[in-house]
Amino acid sequence: MRQEYIITAYTENHIGLLNRITIIFTRRKVNIESLTVSESAIAGISKFTIVINEEKEKVVNIVKQIEKLIDVLKAFYHTNDEMIFQEIALYKVPTQALMESDQIEKMVRDHNARILEITKEYTVIEKTGHKEETQALFDGLNQFGVLQFIRSGRIAITRSPIERLSEFLRERDALFTKMEAKAK
Amino acid sequence: MTTKNEKIKNSPKEPVEMSGSEAMIRSLVAEGVDTIFGYPGGAIMPIYDALYDFGHHVKHVLVRHEQGAIHAAQGYARVSGKVGVCFATSGPGATNLITGIADAMIDSTPIVCITGQVTSGLLGTDAFQESDVIGISMPITKWNYQITSPEEIPEAIAKAFYIAASGRPGPVLIDITKDAQFGKLNFLYEKCTKIRSYVPEFPTDKKLLKKAADLINEAKKPYLIYGQGILLSGAEKELLSFIEKTGIPVASTLLGISALQSDHPLNMGMLGMHGNYAPNIKTNECDVLIAIGMRFDDRVTGNINTYAKQAKVIHIEIDPAEIDKNIKTDVAILGDAKHSIRLLNTLVEEKKHTLWVNEFLQAKQKEHDKVIVNDLTPTKPGLTMGEVVRLSTNLTDNKAVIVTDVGQNQMAAARYARFNQSRSWVTSGGLGTMGFGLPAAMGAKFGAPEKEVILFVGDGGIQMTIQELGTISQENLPVKIVILNNDFLGMVRQWQELFFEKRYSFTEITSPDFVKLAEAYGIPGASVSDRKDLEPAMKEMINAKGPYLLEVKIEQEDNIFPMVPAGGTVSRCLLGADEL
Repeated sequence: MRQEYIITAYTENHIGLLNRITIIFTRRKVNIESLTVSESAIAGISKFTIVINEEKEKVVNIVKQIEKLIDVLKAFYHTNDEMIFQEIALYKVPTQALMESDQIEKMVRDHNARILEITKEYTVIEKTGHKEETQALFDGLNQFGVLQFIRSGRIAITRSPIERLSEFLRERDALFTKMEAKAK
Repeated sequence: MTTKNEKIKNSPKEPVEMSGSEAMIRSLVAEGVDTIFGYPGGAIMPIYDALYDFGHHVKHVLVRHEQGAIHAAQGYARVSGKVGVCFATSGPGATNLITGIADAMIDSTPIVCITGQVTSGLLGTDAFQESDVIGISMPITKWNYQITSPEEIPEAIAKAFYIAASGRPGPVLIDITKDAQFGKLNFLYEKCTKIRSYVPEFPTDKKLLKKAADLINEAKKPYLIYGQGILLSGAEKELLSFIEKTGIPVASTLLGISALQSDHPLNMGMLGMHGNYAPNIKTNECDVLIAIGMRFDDRVTGNINTYAKQAKVIHIEIDPAEIDKNIKTDVAILGDAKHSIRLLNTLVEEKKHTLWVNEFLQAKQKEHDKVIVNDLTPTKPGLTMGEVVRLSTNLTDNKAVIVTDVGQNQMAAARYARFNQSRSWVTSGGLGTMGFGLPAAMGAKFGAPEKEVILFVGDGGIQMTIQELGTISQENLPVKIVILNNDFLGMVRQWQELFFEKRYSFTEITSPDFVKLAEAYGIPGASVSDRKDLEPAMKEMINAKGPYLLEVKIEQEDNIFPMVPAGGTVSRCLLGADEL
């Protein structure tokens, strides 16, 4: 069954790795719905968060191929309900519209959005949430004409209490120690 | 010629200032590189200049085309077990390596390619002979890296060799800009032993081994299939002890050939589309299928939905990405084949599966009567590929290294060559690269100079890389070239005959006079088309001290059988066109 999966990969911060990872999807003709890359809590280690709509079997295959890359430390996959995730969206609306009725203000309140900047010509509103939520606000605001709109890629964390990477790095250290001992 | 370095073998213990290009050569020497296949050009000239001083330590083979360099490096690596190394310049030099890199990737061959690159300031400016070889080679290398400053050289080379050779081996490409070659660094070489983001092999899980051993001990019809993993991990002896203890019949993939000697009573032959009959059909009759160091390629499995469904599948494999990729397993054991089999040997019971082995032998007999007898002792006048191949291994006591190109010549060689030494079989499996044969044979001879190297190649394939006759001639390299000439692109023609109503669309191919061509290169040769002339000609070829080319005119429209048609089921392995 096709559904949304969130693939998370922890990698060394090396040039070209983004390309190495994305061609794994390209080769299998899998579209990336959303992609976020940023430094993780551990300096020098990047975190990729990739959203795809696929069947589990293919997701497992892709995750293994990602993990096979030399510079990738670990890759995971999760369904949406296994993670807490957010996207951020920015909306630019004409300030005139804000002045003319209280509807925009009400929408900002109801959607838990906030206003970042107001100028004579435009107002920038920020909203974080799931795609449906940022989309709902867009649809609302668009009655007044959204001048510009941008949505970020998804970021996500697991529901487990600790960062899985720290756990993983400990395991790997132990593995290397064991292997070195064996080699001696 | 004067050399300025006398103590090159010993890497300096303290940092020594030198150029990037000298550091490159010294790094290679420190990795034990003794042979490099390459072709110079603008962007790699400083490295070639440094190489000039190292002639006593490193043999450089000047090929005629970079594709020849990479296939030669592959042939060298496959027979020697060492990392094959090749040099090419930027742009077209680098892009000419691509086919061979893809081949080495899919066939897990350890290769390090060093490509020159334009000066770093010119990167991305469409400079003369600039190509983005890092980008191009990304999907077909195990790792690649661009060096833009001389200080990076020792570490990058150390990583390259470590990655290429460890775990599941593969090709690595190092691109080095011209300024990094010219620049100076304080050189000190240290081998790479660990990369935190890379685990070459996982320790074998003993609980899973026990589970596998229990399945094997309880099995009534166990069957073992293995691939190149046996050769790559050096597990030939462990495999032999395992089958002799358990009495389990075995078969090999195309790339596993020569890991177990051909005439071992439990060796049932080859799997796959043109493999042997018994190994294919028994896959769907066994109760436990033990797969070691192989990846269930579609040419082995046919339709995966009808593959070994009745059996418990045990998969011993070094690459986690291969587990459950094509065939779902009941017990998957990650790790090195040699280590895993050694441990497994302590857990399995001594057995004889006489009845089950007899079933294999009966199937083998069926193939013999319907196919093999006609291939090896034909009654019709036209020569068969099978008889030519078998004669060559008979005349060399099954000790020759057999190299093939791709197509019917390859399948005939795989089916009929006999081996009693490991690492004696070099062929392009996964990628099926026509043109692989001649340069690979050349590399194999450099990798195993003490062995007879015999190449089987078709009239099509040889013309794809025939320029390497020049290299063979320049090196006076005793490679024995057998062209199996049927005036067709034989395998495609066979498919056209069987599946495209004999519409021979562009498969008739004419050839030059190969003997005259060889002669022009200073290589002796002969051409035979009559059975009575074959053996004397083959003997003359084998006795030749230098290179030799033997053209054998083959029956034009012969087919390779058995055959599991593409996407078909392994239990319907056809013994002839009449069964289609």
